[in-house]
Amino acid sequence: MPTVPDGFLDGVRATLPLLLGLIPFGLVAGVAAVDAGLSPAQAVGLSAVVFAGASQLATVDLLAQDAALAVVVLTAVVINLRMSMYSASIAPYFESLRRRWSALYAFLLTDMSYAIAIGEFTGGEGDADGDDAPAPNGGVGDDGTARDRWYYFGAAAFMWLVWQLATVVGVVLGASVPESWGVSFAVPLVFLSLLVPELSGRPRIVAALIGGSVAVAGAGWPLNLGLLGGALAGVVAGVVVEGRDA
Amino acid sequence: MTTTYGPLPVWAVILVVGALTFAIRYSFIYLLGRVSGVPPRLERALRYVPAAVLAALVAPAFVDPAPTAAATLLDPRLFAGVVAAGVAWTTENMFATLVVGMVTFWTAGTVL
Repeated sequence: MPTVPDGFLDGVRATLPLLLGLIPFGLVAGVAAVDAGLSPAQAVGLSAVVFAGASQLATVDLLAQDAALAVVVLTAVVINLRMSMYSASIAPYFESLRRRWSALYAFLLTDMSYAIAIGEFTGGEGDADGDDAPAPNGGVGDDGTARDRWYYFGAAAFMWLVWQLATVVGVVLGASVPESWGVSFAVPLVFLSLLVPELSGRPRIVAALIGGSVAVAGAGWPLNLGLLGGALAGVVAGVVVEGRDA
Repeated sequence: MTTTYGPLPVWAVILVVGALTFAIRYSFIYLLGRVSGVPPRLERALRYVPAAVLAALVAPAFVDPAPTAAATLLDPRLFAGVVAAGVAWTTENMFATLVVGMVTFWTAGTVL
């Protein structure tokens, strides 16, 4: 019988409490994609290739409005820019990986997989072997142990799989639910539940207020630039307020 | 609303967004050893991206300026959005936020 690498199953297990958020989010991603006129293959392809819920919802939303393709792409990229922070933060733990594996690990990097992994890497309670000790594979200390990396891979790969399954179910549901039910309203509700935990501290609250206000004012702007304009204005406002408060 | 773009542009968007998102995810993992972390100024700005972007996505879905203030405020979407925000704040649970928000939206839609 093949053995499962140490840490892999612990990583899978660590995702279970998050599935209550991940599954409905994936369902909405599937429903919204077919509602926007994407084919089932395109809807699942989007989930498989992009694997980043908020940007997927914005992409299908803008496609449904026939926004300019450059605006669709740019908006999705702006939404996903935050992942560069995760990339920088987690990079030291992946340093001793082969290039192919580090690319695969990067592909699976999301808000949730980052949060799960960094908690474990930085010596959470479940960190049995301790990151300060030399790892069994010869890597030392903060470079991350083999167990840590399998833990990340278990968590991230499992969430990718669940995301695809939830999208498929959403695609099937989306095709059978009449448009008059207004299920597309679930999309902003998902964004709202992602937004609320972000609202800690004055600069972030101001960033959200300005971002939201500009987006409302710019709802009628050409090329659907209201969203990008709001995002940009919000970021600038947050930085300015932070500079003043400091 | 459904898109009028054909299969080719839609697939192109999927692949380009996927490739650029991968480039963002891989950026510092790839660069490690050549640069030391995110430049401080960029990091400061990135901290506000989620709040600003998400608010810009949420607000126009709930607030649809109508000719009169009453018509703007008596919108089932705004009502459901405010109720859902309360649920999100107290529970921090996406599932609960979705269910309460949708039920409020349907109920308010028949009442208002």
